[in-house]
Amino acid sequence: MSSFYALLARDVRLATRAGGGAMLALAFFAAVAALVPLGVGADLKLLGRIAGGVLWVSAILAALLSLDRLFQADFEDGSLDLMAISPIGLETSAFAKIVAHWLTTGLPLTLLSPLLALLFNIPQPGYVPLILSLAIGTPAASAIGAVGAGLTMSVRRGGLILPLLILPLLAPAVIFGAGAVSAALDGLANGAMWLLSAFSLAAVVLSPFAAAASVRLNLAG
Amino acid sequence: MTDITSLEAAGLACARGGRPVFRDLDFRLEAGEALSLEGPNGAGKTSLLRMLGSYLTPLTGTITLTTKAGEQITDAEERGRQIGWLGHQDGVKPQLTTSETLAFYAGYYGKPCDIPKALEGVGLLRARDLPGQYLSAGMKKRLALARLKLSGRPLWLLDEPLAALDVNAKKLVADMITAHCAEGGMVIAATHESLGLDCRKLMLGAL
Repeated sequence: MSSFYALLARDVRLATRAGGGAMLALAFFAAVAALVPLGVGADLKLLGRIAGGVLWVSAILAALLSLDRLFQADFEDGSLDLMAISPIGLETSAFAKIVAHWLTTGLPLTLLSPLLALLFNIPQPGYVPLILSLAIGTPAASAIGAVGAGLTMSVRRGGLILPLLILPLLAPAVIFGAGAVSAALDGLANGAMWLLSAFSLAAVVLSPFAAAASVRLNLAG
Repeated sequence: MTDITSLEAAGLACARGGRPVFRDLDFRLEAGEALSLEGPNGAGKTSLLRMLGSYLTPLTGTITLTTKAGEQITDAEERGRQIGWLGHQDGVKPQLTTSETLAFYAGYYGKPCDIPKALEGVGLLRARDLPGQYLSAGMKKRLALARLKLSGRPLWLLDEPLAALDVNAKKLVADMITAHCAEGGMVIAATHESLGLDCRKLMLGAL
């Protein structure tokens, strides 16, 4: 377990230091979300309706920003070779990296979301479902993104291929996440949150294995 | 320190990009032995090391480690856990200081160690608070050597361990290899220069 925490702590430290990308994702999220009301106009009712979807899409795009370097940086400087022979192996190491990525992007995005929700004038019943859905759903973005990051780590300009691979797989998270917010606004019973939870759980459990397999493939290349 | 008594490679073959690199390679290494891997560029030195290190799967052939208890390890992943790796890249992060880097690897490999002492051992004590981006190639290699030492793994695989090192550090590498072998470890080093110690050589020739 100490190996797991050592890697987790290192990745959190790297992400929060200069050039790490944690703040970048947060700023990107805020910038995109702040731009939408400017484009859509000051129709408060409309903004309140679309806020869930817009914030969800912005959050996913922001999380993708720093994902392409998740394995690539370690691949280029040889750290990944050392992870492959570590006591905890590649699967657990990939899981530690996913958790670290979520702690430095998904979690801050979730914490910032109520402030941005204010920009969109989301009606009060939408706040809790928005924060909850982002808290539940963003781990899926880090987890599934890690699989794509593993596949594209040896590709130059892999940052452009990664979204093409990952975004379709994240569609369920966006559908259920934004759906949970609008269902709450309409005062409907909320099954979307459960489906989002199931999706996220499956993604987090299965992705480390897929990510480790894709990393192995690239190390042998 | 170790319970691996021998390494045996039998009938190894390797192809890179569809081109054969070597075939029918057999060798055996006992605990306490060092092997220097030599040959021209493209002879497959790095490929062989990566194969032994469990990164590459051999085209044909087997690699077997035998433990003191007589157990045979053929599984690549299990073999990986016996390996101390020193590759072309040093695994040094530009944002982390030398002591942070070493402390991370100590925690990651579950081998608590006295960081300042380990840094002193490779002549990096004065650079302990220096971020990786300011280290020279030789200093990064020294840091990688400190990491290799603390890993406590019995089988060391070194790819060009002398590259970028000054005279003193080259001597340090030779001393480390000698000490590791004296403790019953095994070392395989791919190199173009003489390691500066008396050990067996394995010549790889380009096919």
